[in-house]
Amino acid sequence: MSDIKYILGSFGDPDEMMHGIEKLQENNISIYDVYTPMPIHGIEAKLGIKRSRIDIAAFCFGITGTCCAFALIYFCAVIDWRVNIGGKPSFALPDFIPIMFELTVLFCAFGMVLTYYASTHLFPGRAPRVMDLRATDDRFVIAVDAKDNAAHTVIDGLLKDAGALEVKYNERKYISYE
Amino acid sequence: MGTHNINFSEQFEFTGKVKTLSIVGILIGAAAVLFGFLAGDKVMHERTFANLLLMAYYFACVCMSGTFFLAVQYVAQAGWSASILRVPQAMAKTLPLAAVILVVVISAGLFTHNLYHHWNAEGLTDPNSPHYDSIIAGKSVFLNVPFFLGRQVIFLGVYSIFSMLFVKLSYNEDLAGGLNSYRKSFKNACIFLVIYGFTTPVFAFDTVMSLEAHWFSTMFGWYNFAAMWVSSLATIAIILILLRRAGYMQWINNSHLHNLGQFIFGFSIFWTYVWFAQFLLIYYANMPEETVYFFKRFEYYKFWFFLNLAMNFLAPVLLLMDRDNKRTDAKLLFVSIVVLLGHWVDYYQMIMPGAVEDGHNGFGIVEIGTAVGFVGLFTFTVLSALSKKPLIAKNHPLLQESLHHQL
Repeated sequence: MSDIKYILGSFGDPDEMMHGIEKLQENNISIYDVYTPMPIHGIEAKLGIKRSRIDIAAFCFGITGTCCAFALIYFCAVIDWRVNIGGKPSFALPDFIPIMFELTVLFCAFGMVLTYYASTHLFPGRAPRVMDLRATDDRFVIAVDAKDNAAHTVIDGLLKDAGALEVKYNERKYISYE
Repeated sequence: MGTHNINFSEQFEFTGKVKTLSIVGILIGAAAVLFGFLAGDKVMHERTFANLLLMAYYFACVCMSGTFFLAVQYVAQAGWSASILRVPQAMAKTLPLAAVILVVVISAGLFTHNLYHHWNAEGLTDPNSPHYDSIIAGKSVFLNVPFFLGRQVIFLGVYSIFSMLFVKLSYNEDLAGGLNSYRKSFKNACIFLVIYGFTTPVFAFDTVMSLEAHWFSTMFGWYNFAAMWVSSLATIAIILILLRRAGYMQWINNSHLHNLGQFIFGFSIFWTYVWFAQFLLIYYANMPEETVYFFKRFEYYKFWFFLNLAMNFLAPVLLLMDRDNKRTDAKLLFVSIVVLLGHWVDYYQMIMPGAVEDGHNGFGIVEIGTAVGFVGLFTFTVLSALSKKPLIAKNHPLLQESLHHQL
């Protein structure tokens, strides 16, 4: 019993799963996470998940891009190699703007992808880790941390009452595709 | 909120303070125009006509972009907007009137004060005349009075016909239900968008760009399209927020405002993009026949030039970037008003340098009065149109999606 790390309730229907979440919450059982094969409306609010802060990250990456682009063009066009183009001053700001804009977008896009990889532990070439393989296919899975919630029989009963087709006791956190 | 307590026959009552104020606005406008024509000299007459053109153009653009909004929603089969469609429909319903006003202003300007004097003066196309202008003569196949007025009438007429059609189909849907009206709206919206996309640039070239007929820019049409579209979105947002505050349309939630805020944010950036694309190419190529446009604006309208960018780019970008700001009705209302005023500034510095002699432009009774007058006219006509039918298209097939809209 003590080797069990996670209890997984596997549902065949999203509404039953939402019902299961309510049941667990009513009984003060903390939910570790929920895995579903498709996005479900309102589930973030129900689980109390905080809003993603990727927009702040995006802003920081974007502004870095703007500054890098400005520094690059300023160094090239004003300091290192002045070229007379149509008699304009070397430091002609309107000319800088397209490149500053493009590098802002580039830094922002790459930065957000990398942030996403870092926060979800997905890196190219790494085998994805999942708790239940069928959560990527046709099952809606509620995961409960077995160490934090002692009353395993109660959890089992609640999940089954809500309509869980199967309750699993996992001794490892993740099943890998490896 | 749930959908069980929605009154599907709720109607807007156009009475009381709003009605009085809009009529007062119209009277102020009429007084300002009369003042401009009676009290002023020739320069003042030019200025008054330029103002009338500005506001008539703005009025028509906001209304026809309301139709464009309807068409976009139908073609995209958008669900979120199904419960707010009556507001753009009221704007579309006003388009025929706006079109008539615009054509009347243009004709009056053309025949009495020669508003389009850059291409419509005596002898410009006659090789033997001392006023002969070879550039204008080369453009006279396109820029001559009958063809010019014909284009205006045809474009505005076609937009008006489609506007009335969308409105009629939606009302039929209210009575008959079913998918017939929706399918017809979809088909007509596809046709309308193709026509609209190709003709609005030409419409902008005619109405505004030909005020300075020697100069041309192929970006100008899209620049104007962006301006009219974003100002129309801001208008829709303002009407919705004020209606919700007045106790109507309680089914509008913050997610609807969020969507409109995203639209205003995105298309303000699009406006800046086309504005800048036009500016940068002219700045970079540095050819005298092109730079004259920005030379005039930088020489005589420097304040307006920068105010334009501040109001139409900086304000929406900085104030609407945050998610919560788009969802807060007070902030969205504020930005929408700024954007709406900003596009007045935008049109002001598009139209004035071509229509008024250099250095004789101004900002005073005529400008403010005309603007107030048209705002009053818009409020009066759109709200009257809105009050005629229920505020919700109750048989719209995607209505439930809109009522449960959540972002």
